[in-house]
Amino acid sequence: MAFDKMELKDIEVWDGNFAAAQALRQCQIDVVAAYPITPSTPIVEGYAKFLSDNYIEGEFVMVESEHAAMSGCIGAAAAGGRVATATSSQGFALMVETLYQASGMRLPIVLNVVNRALASPLNVNGDHSDMYLGRDSGWIQIDAYCPQDAYDLNFIAFKVSEDHDIRLPAMVHQDGFMTSHTAQGVHTLSDDVAYNFVGNYKPMNDMLDFEHPVTHGVQTEEDWHFEHKARQHNDLMTKVLPKIQEAFDDFEKLSGRKYNIVEEYDTKDADVCVVCLGSSVETAREVALEMRAKGIKAGVVGIRVIRPFPFEQVRDALKGIKSIAALDRSSPNGAAGMLFNEIAGSLFNTDTKALLSGYIYGLGGRDLTKAHLVDLFTELQANVDAGKVTTPLQQFIGVRGPKLSYL
Amino acid sequence: MSEMKKIKNLKEFSTSADRFEGANLLCPGCAHSIIVREVLNATNDDLVLSASTGCLEVCTAVYPYTSWDASWIHIGFENGSTAVAGAEAMYKALKTKGRLKQPDRNPKFVSFAGDGASYDIGFQWISGCMERGHNMMHIVLDNEVYANTGGQRSSSTPIGASATTSPAGRVSYGEKRNKKDMVSIMASHHIPYSAQVSPNKWKDMVKKIQHGFAVDGPVFINAASPCTTEWKFDPKDTMTIADLATDSLVFPLYEIIDGRELNITYRPKNIVPVEDYLAAQGRFKHLFKDEYKYLIKEWQERIDDNWAYLQRREEAKV
Repeated sequence: MAFDKMELKDIEVWDGNFAAAQALRQCQIDVVAAYPITPSTPIVEGYAKFLSDNYIEGEFVMVESEHAAMSGCIGAAAAGGRVATATSSQGFALMVETLYQASGMRLPIVLNVVNRALASPLNVNGDHSDMYLGRDSGWIQIDAYCPQDAYDLNFIAFKVSEDHDIRLPAMVHQDGFMTSHTAQGVHTLSDDVAYNFVGNYKPMNDMLDFEHPVTHGVQTEEDWHFEHKARQHNDLMTKVLPKIQEAFDDFEKLSGRKYNIVEEYDTKDADVCVVCLGSSVETAREVALEMRAKGIKAGVVGIRVIRPFPFEQVRDALKGIKSIAALDRSSPNGAAGMLFNEIAGSLFNTDTKALLSGYIYGLGGRDLTKAHLVDLFTELQANVDAGKVTTPLQQFIGVRGPKLSYL
Repeated sequence: MSEMKKIKNLKEFSTSADRFEGANLLCPGCAHSIIVREVLNATNDDLVLSASTGCLEVCTAVYPYTSWDASWIHIGFENGSTAVAGAEAMYKALKTKGRLKQPDRNPKFVSFAGDGASYDIGFQWISGCMERGHNMMHIVLDNEVYANTGGQRSSSTPIGASATTSPAGRVSYGEKRNKKDMVSIMASHHIPYSAQVSPNKWKDMVKKIQHGFAVDGPVFINAASPCTTEWKFDPKDTMTIADLATDSLVFPLYEIIDGRELNITYRPKNIVPVEDYLAAQGRFKHLFKDEYKYLIKEWQERIDDNWAYLQRREEAKV
């Protein structure tokens, strides 16, 4: 039985979860192995409903845990077909072992991560603890700021992940609830246009090619392990960003929507700049415009590709900025935030005179308000005026009780 | 449905096309390789195989070599069953979509795992695979111990065995718990076929494996795998130990159809005392001290009781 195509309006009102589910439908995934968890559940529920209404041809395997979900995805990907799943938070944490296995086995899989805090204390709301937990796992990590991004970036993820020069799994991140459950207008692609952009799946070392038996997931010790890991890192460092840029360029031609590895907003003449991820980028942009009206030359940098980290693009984007704030939505638990570290790494050994300070915010779904950002930009301007960082290097914002700051 | 492979005799069986190479790093006398060859040689169909982390895996796929002339995957310790389930789902998907490269084949999906990877750490994954009805076979290479990591107890280790985490000592007779009844647990998933096999009874093995390949749905096989290293016997005696295991009824051979009909498939002409089985293995050596001899008696009673239970079930067809 052939599956049915779906007629979409040019603009649909979708939340981030449904946008991702629609993208998965249009990519015609062969196998989805999944397990429910708030707030990503509607992605796989949506997918299951599409299947039960004959909008999808493929296998949907509802497994008994997130670890099994990714294990099933690995087996399916090694068998040779298009594979995807979705998860959040604790489910992501349970998957971690298999995330490293998937990337080390060089299997293209797309994982939608609807970002949520990690227990304890248990919390269902959005922060980036799970995203950060995956940052050394060898996956490509792309970040959506809104439902439109969640839709579009899935197509990018498949195209890059399945490319035979890449063969690495990819995560598409979106903020739990703020993006996943907030309905917005989403510009759509028709089923044919969307599918043709991603293209037919091209198998490689597929276990179901019985004329060419393959061995997946071998043992290597000190004699070969380092070479395998080094090669994976090398491909991430040298091949992935150009391929993502190529996919962004192709996608822009197709849809008119332009994505960048690092998104820059009013940075060219800016004195102060906020660097952040997720739905906070939009809030920061709005406040930056208001600050400009008050005479503070404010800009915003949104990191679109978290892994591989775009060191050169970040360095270029921050060129000439006098005071930079790195906003991390995950407790670094005894260190600087991830963005603080990576930005410092990008700028160190350059001739920058930029001042860098870090802010920890929004844990467990705590709102980042415009007032917070007004204060933050004001502090950055004070740094510019003083010619030095006037605040502690790490501050917690929006948390009750006495102000927490360090370093 | 594919043609069932016809096997006339042991000579033909042992020399038929071998997709598991003798070039591997398993211990001399290891029963794993014997079982794997018996399973693979039971069919001419294409195979999609997995191994969970363990002796079989670390000894057969050490880069840049492989002992497998068939599609094979290893992910981790607990999820070999689900790796095969994922591949089987992909097979179904590509079949539906008309994208199989060789659409005329009838591949068999088989996951191999040790007792640690099946009874313990992989228990949930296997249960999931059985419950969801994948067309696959999970085979436990049951050597009753974490052999790959040096002989720690698993929930398959029998009472009185000395293992490195339940060692016999001045005040201990070793493992204190009885072996988990995994075949019954898996049969309770109401899968079409579950069975216990042993490499010394190769005809029984082939019949059960072929039955398992012929049914539609998940199959669970528990294979006795005497371990020369951890059971502590001479590598040349693997089959002797296996004979003692089946003929003492410590490893009774039976099958359960659809989770509700038990058939005993091997009745030893001369039942060997359990004491003989225990005496042949170093892991039970301490049981022959005066203070622990009562355990040998209890062993015999337990095995007698289990054999009576299996016979009652067979007679009642439950």
